[in-house]
Amino acid sequence: MKRTKFTILKSTCVPLPLANIDTDQIIPARFLSSTSREGFGKNLFRDWRYDKHGNKNEDFVLNRSEYTGSILVTGSNFGCGSSREHAVWAIADHGFRAVVSDSFADIFAGNALNNGLLPVVIPSDTLEKLTTMIILKPETVVTIDLGRQLLSVEAQGISVPFPVNPFRKECLLRGYDNIDYLLGMKDEIIAFEKRYSP
Amino acid sequence: MEPRTLFDKIWDAHMVKSVEGGPDVLYIDRHYIHEVTSPQAFNGLKQRCIGVFRPERTVATADHNIPTADQHLPIRDAVSRAQVEALEENCKAFGIEHFGIGHPNNGIVHVTGPELGYTLPGMTIVCGDSHTSTHGAFGTIAFGIGTSEVEMVLATQCLLQTRPARMRITVNGSLRRGVTSKDLILYIISSLSTGGATGCFVEYAGEAISQMSMESRMTVCNMSIEMGARGGLIAPDEVTFGYLSEIPAFSSNPDAIRLLEKWFSLRSDPGVVFDSELAFDASAVPPMITWGTNPGMGMAVNGTIPTEEGTDTESSSSYRKSLEYMGFKSGMKLLGHPVDYVFLGSCTNGRIEDLRAFAQMVEGRKKAPGVTVLIVPGSQQVARQAEKEGLSEIFRRAGFEMRQPGCSSCLAMNDDKIPPGKYAVSTSNRNFEGRQGPGARTILAGPLTAAAAALTGVITDPRKLLRNSD
Repeated sequence: MKRTKFTILKSTCVPLPLANIDTDQIIPARFLSSTSREGFGKNLFRDWRYDKHGNKNEDFVLNRSEYTGSILVTGSNFGCGSSREHAVWAIADHGFRAVVSDSFADIFAGNALNNGLLPVVIPSDTLEKLTTMIILKPETVVTIDLGRQLLSVEAQGISVPFPVNPFRKECLLRGYDNIDYLLGMKDEIIAFEKRYSP
Repeated sequence: MEPRTLFDKIWDAHMVKSVEGGPDVLYIDRHYIHEVTSPQAFNGLKQRCIGVFRPERTVATADHNIPTADQHLPIRDAVSRAQVEALEENCKAFGIEHFGIGHPNNGIVHVTGPELGYTLPGMTIVCGDSHTSTHGAFGTIAFGIGTSEVEMVLATQCLLQTRPARMRITVNGSLRRGVTSKDLILYIISSLSTGGATGCFVEYAGEAISQMSMESRMTVCNMSIEMGARGGLIAPDEVTFGYLSEIPAFSSNPDAIRLLEKWFSLRSDPGVVFDSELAFDASAVPPMITWGTNPGMGMAVNGTIPTEEGTDTESSSSYRKSLEYMGFKSGMKLLGHPVDYVFLGSCTNGRIEDLRAFAQMVEGRKKAPGVTVLIVPGSQQVARQAEKEGLSEIFRRAGFEMRQPGCSSCLAMNDDKIPPGKYAVSTSNRNFEGRQGPGARTILAGPLTAAAAALTGVITDPRKLLRNSD
């Protein structure tokens, strides 16, 4: 199946500078009872975004009109906890295309890449600087260039490289689907099964 | 030949191909699925018009959102019911073995897999659930995956995975009386923090690990993910083989002897170098509880909540947020703090050994007034065994609610929710905000500390309630 390509993303950002945001916060378990991949965005950060009566928490960043854009800038170890891919679907469904942090939980990062959501890891001091900049100047435009593996803020002269596995990068740039890749390897898998004895 | 770690031996044996500059193609021996993270994967197969490549390698169970009472009746919640029915229909359509609600083999996927003999040493095991690390107790590479990866495994029996770093955690000495393997893993996580083992696969070794039963080892491996590890594993030994020989599906396998011989070589070679090594002294581990909103925020049951000193800005806002959520204060002692709910169960502590430990402490004693105590066996088999051993009767007499198997209050996808603001001492694995219901306040603990809270209605050092025979 064809996926949306990821090449260069230019956008304002939404800052959420908290460490260890787990996938239960991103999408609480009670909203997982769907059998489709769509529609999770409305419950993204549900219990931080709304109070128990369903009213908006005006202070929460997703409810503040000055912070918009398709880049979420967050804290260390983002996406820890449950392996639920619904967390990635919710973030993407809300309109984010990249998440920036200084570290991600492993399963979350893998799930993100499988859905064309780019996890961007930058050094802690740059993350801190970037976060402060966005909070103070919400109009700051950040560029994420996957091909060159660079995150930059032109107006501020910031340009920082980020790591991406070369295979994953190629898949994202071309919009390739990993399942198609594996399906194309059927013969090799069958050959493996023949030589493999448990 | 270069010495290799146990992890690398298993990984290498399952490598179909190493992709240039990319992840390895890893063959998966066993795939567990459940109702919540599989429907979208089956939809993907349908859209691609393909079937399940090796249906005999996948086993399904309904566990996450099923009710733990009146399981013979239709599920009241329509969306949950639809998910459970979708699993059943998908399994039928694609030829996958399925243990639905009420089936004698039903239960939490990480409890049933091992007890039915589907989990065997040397395997690669995955499931769309982060606590798949549990199966590492048998000397397997077992880890949680997302739904896109569930679809990959259904379609090709393979996954694209980057080889993680290897960490070894050696636990020397013996655990003291009144201290369980849950306390040990909470102690290790609180020392490493909730993200401290990110990018690593952990091998647990040392005297304290060797002395543990399979159930206790599963509890340790289960929570590896709570320090960010991809998984945890323990080299199989006589304890492992003893456990397996009790399982009819394994002991009746004509290949059993050959397999046992082969599994003896499943250990890290002497002199092998790990990317990181840590050591702990088991005798220093106290009964543990958590005070915050991630499993790394733990302390001794009789300790005090640490202060903010030395944390950076980002961690310090998380620290303050968690204390505010829990209604606790920096430097506070939690001994004697009132408790509203006690939950014994989950893939962490819902096994027969956990029910036995809990029962031994509560036998002949009564539940404290005002506390609701939920006992949820991890599987139908655990429930039958608990009934047979008289544990269920002990629980009922003490005033506890004896429920039917399922994930229950661990993630509150069903009716077993802790009300907002209430305190629950829970033997489960996560104390995240809202994990046990919106606004619920979770204090993670082992089965003995949970039993002590059930009897006293407050946070209590379980060592005070041990009997001479314990």
